[in-house]
Amino acid sequence: MDLELSKPLQKVVDGLTEDFSDKIIDVYQSSGDTFVRVEPDAIVNVCKSLKEKHHFIYLADILGADRFTAQERFEVIYNMVSLRDRERLFVKVWLEEESPRVDSVTAVWNSANWFERQAYDMFGITFNNHPDMRRIYMPEDFNYYPLRKEFPLLGIPGSIPLPTSTPDTE
Amino acid sequence: MDIKELKKVNDPKFFRKHQESLYRALEDKHTTVEVIDDEDPLNTRMILNMGPQHPATHGVLRLVLQLNGEFIEKAKLDIGYLHRGIEKVAENKTYQEFMPYTDRTDYLAPYSNNVAFCGAVEKIANVEVPERAHYIRMIGAELARISSHLLWLGTMVQDSGAVSFFLWTFREREKLYDIFDQIGGHRFTISHARIGGVANDLTSGAMALIKEFINTFPKELKDFHSLLDRNRIFYDRNEGVGVLKTEDALDYGATGPTLRGSGYAYDIRAISPYERYDEVEFEIPTRLEGDNLARYYVRMEEMHESIRIIRQCLDKLPKGPVRADNGKQAYPSKDEVYYSMEGMIHDFMMTDTGICPPDGSESFHSIEGPKGELGFFIQSDGTGHPWRMGIKSPSFANLQVLEKLLDGEMVADTVVMIGGVDPVMGDSDK
Amino acid sequence: MGIENALGDGYFTTKIDSLTNWARSNAAWPMPMGLACCAIEMMSFAAPKYDAARFGSEVMRFSPRQSDVMIVAGWVNYKMAHAVRRIWDQMPDPKWCIAMGACASTGGMHRCYGVVQGCDNFLPVDAYVSGCPPRPDALLHALMKIQDKIRTEHSVTLDS
Repeated sequence: MDLELSKPLQKVVDGLTEDFSDKIIDVYQSSGDTFVRVEPDAIVNVCKSLKEKHHFIYLADILGADRFTAQERFEVIYNMVSLRDRERLFVKVWLEEESPRVDSVTAVWNSANWFERQAYDMFGITFNNHPDMRRIYMPEDFNYYPLRKEFPLLGIPGSIPLPTSTPDTE
Repeated sequence: MDIKELKKVNDPKFFRKHQESLYRALEDKHTTVEVIDDEDPLNTRMILNMGPQHPATHGVLRLVLQLNGEFIEKAKLDIGYLHRGIEKVAENKTYQEFMPYTDRTDYLAPYSNNVAFCGAVEKIANVEVPERAHYIRMIGAELARISSHLLWLGTMVQDSGAVSFFLWTFREREKLYDIFDQIGGHRFTISHARIGGVANDLTSGAMALIKEFINTFPKELKDFHSLLDRNRIFYDRNEGVGVLKTEDALDYGATGPTLRGSGYAYDIRAISPYERYDEVEFEIPTRLEGDNLARYYVRMEEMHESIRIIRQCLDKLPKGPVRADNGKQAYPSKDEVYYSMEGMIHDFMMTDTGICPPDGSESFHSIEGPKGELGFFIQSDGTGHPWRMGIKSPSFANLQVLEKLLDGEMVADTVVMIGGVDPVMGDSDK
Repeated sequence: MGIENALGDGYFTTKIDSLTNWARSNAAWPMPMGLACCAIEMMSFAAPKYDAARFGSEVMRFSPRQSDVMIVAGWVNYKMAHAVRRIWDQMPDPKWCIAMGACASTGGMHRCYGVVQGCDNFLPVDAYVSGCPPRPDALLHALMKIQDKIRTEHSVTLDS
C-alpha cells in the first residue's frame, strides 16, 4: 500500500492490522483523509481498541450512505478524532440491503446515540443493542427512509398528514 | 403513570404513534422503578411539555420533562420540527447551487457556513484559492462569529429576565448588518463565498465600516462586561448550573464553547488550521468549571479574540485577485463573461454542470463555527452533483449533551441552560 | 342581530365600525411563530432600528390567546404544521396571518419532502411577504397592509 500517512496515523494503521488482521478489508486515502474499511461484526472491537490504545476518544459523527450497488448497498462511516495525536480517522462498514444491521457503538462513545438514530431515520440501518432506537427527525408514523436513493425528493404524497384547514370542532 | 393512563389524560390529536413512543422512551430512560400513585398523593410528579412553540427555546425545540416538584428527574428532547432534508436536496444540485442552503443551516452566522462549504468543495476538487480571498473569508467568518455571539448574549440574558439587553445587542448587530450589506448586498444570508474565492472584492465603503466597527465595538463589549460580570443576579442564575465535566463533554460529543467551557481546548482553528488561521495570532479561551458561567465567559472572550483576528487580517490583506483563474473550477469574473467567448462558455458550463471532483473521491472538511465544529462530508461520483453530502452540525451534538445535562436540574434553570448551550434548530435539524 | 336590522348601514353603525377598526388596526399585537432565519429578521423588526412598536405592535405576545396577528416566519415542515395549526386555532377572533418570507409563502427554495409548500395549505393567510429573508421594512409594509385590511372590516354594518 503506497499511502503517505503521517507518523501517528501510520502507527494506528499498523496497530489495527496487527490486532485485527482478518477483519480489516481496506485502508485507503482520499483527498488527504484516511479511511479504514472493516467487517461489520468487528466494528465494536475495532472502535474499542482505537479508543483505548490510540486515544480516539472523540467521536465527531456517524454518517450513513447509500452506495446503490447490488451488493453491500449501505455504508456507515464513523468519524473520530485522536486528541493526543490531533489526527482524524474514518472507519467504514458496508452492509447488505436486506435488513441492514450493525452493532451499536454507544458502549464505546456515548455520543453515538443520536448519530445512530439519525442513520436509522434516514436509511433504515438498525443498530443492535442501541438504548433508544427511535426516529429522530421524521415522526414515528412515517414509514419510509428519506435518504435512500429511491425515495423521491418531493416525498410520497400522503405519507405524512397535514392538518385539516378547518378548525377542530371539539 | 403508565402509557394507558397517559392516553386517557392527554389524547394527542396528531402523530399518535410518535407521541406514544416519545413518552415510552421517557419512561424507559434510566430504567424506571414502578411508581404507584399512593406514594404521590399530591401529584408532584408530572410530565411537562415545553412544546415546539415556546418563547425561550431558541427555535422549535421540544422538551418533555418528567418533574418531581421543581426538580427534573428525566428529560427527553424531541427535535426534527425544522427538518428539511437538505442532504437529499444536495444530491440534486451542483455545488455552487447548494451555497444558499448552507447559509440557512446555522442562520445566525451564515458567512461561516459558506466558508465551511467552500473549503470542503475546494478540498475534494483541488481548487487553489488566491490569498486575498482567504483573508476576506476570514474577516467575514469572524464578523459572523461576533454576530452570532451577540444574538446569543441578547437572547440568553433576555430569557434570564433582563429584557433591555436584547435591544442593545440588536443595535450592535444592525451595524454588522450594514457591513454585510456593503460586502455582499444582503443583510445576513449573503452567500458571498464562491468556490474558488469570493464573489467580489471589499469596497472602500465596506472597509471603512469594518474599521469603524472594530474601533467602537470593544468599548460596547466593555459596557456589557461591566453590566454582567459582577451582577449578583446573573451570577446566581448561572454559577453551578448545568455542570459538565471534561470527560463527559468529550464522551457525549460536545463541541465549540460548550466543550471549551468544560476544560478542553479543542478548536479547529488551532488543531487543523484552515484558510490562513495559522498566520494570525489568537488565543483559545478555555474555562475549567464547566457551568453556564464558564460558557458565558468563553463566548465573551471569543468576541475579543475575533476583533483581534480581524485587525490582523486587515493589516495583512494582500492585493490580488479574489477568485481562482481556472475557468473549469471557479466562475470567471463578469468582465470576462461579458466580453470574451471563453468566459461566457465557462460561465455557462459552471452553472449547468458545475465543478466535477474526481469519481469515487470522498473528503471531509470542518471549520470552527460559532456553535462548534461544522463539517461537510462529500462523496463524489464524478458529476457536478455530490453523491452524498453529509453535514456534521455542532448543534446536533450539543443538544445531545443538553439532554444529559438537564437530568437533576431545576425546571427554572432549563431556559438558562438552553441559552448556555446555544442550539440553532436549523443547524441541528438538517 | 337587532342593531344592523334596525339601523342598516347608516351613520351610527358605520361610525361604530370605524371606531372598532381604528382601535383594532392600531393595536395589532403579533404572535411570532418564529421558526427559522426569518425569525431573526422578525427580531430586528421588533428591535430599535425598525421599531414595530410605533405601529401599534407594542409587544410580541407569545401566547396565542393574547395576540391578533400571527407572523409565520420560516419554513413549516410537516411535523411542525400540526403545532402551528393548533396554535392558530387557539387564537381568538378576529385574527390575521402574515406569511413572512418565501418559505412560509410557497415553500421557497426548499422544494423537498420535509417542507410544506406554503403555509396557506393549512392556514388562511392574509398577507404574503417575499424575500429570503425579507428586510424588516418589508415586514413593516406587510403589517401596514394588514392594518389597511382591518380598516375595511365590517363588524357591525350589514354587507348587502
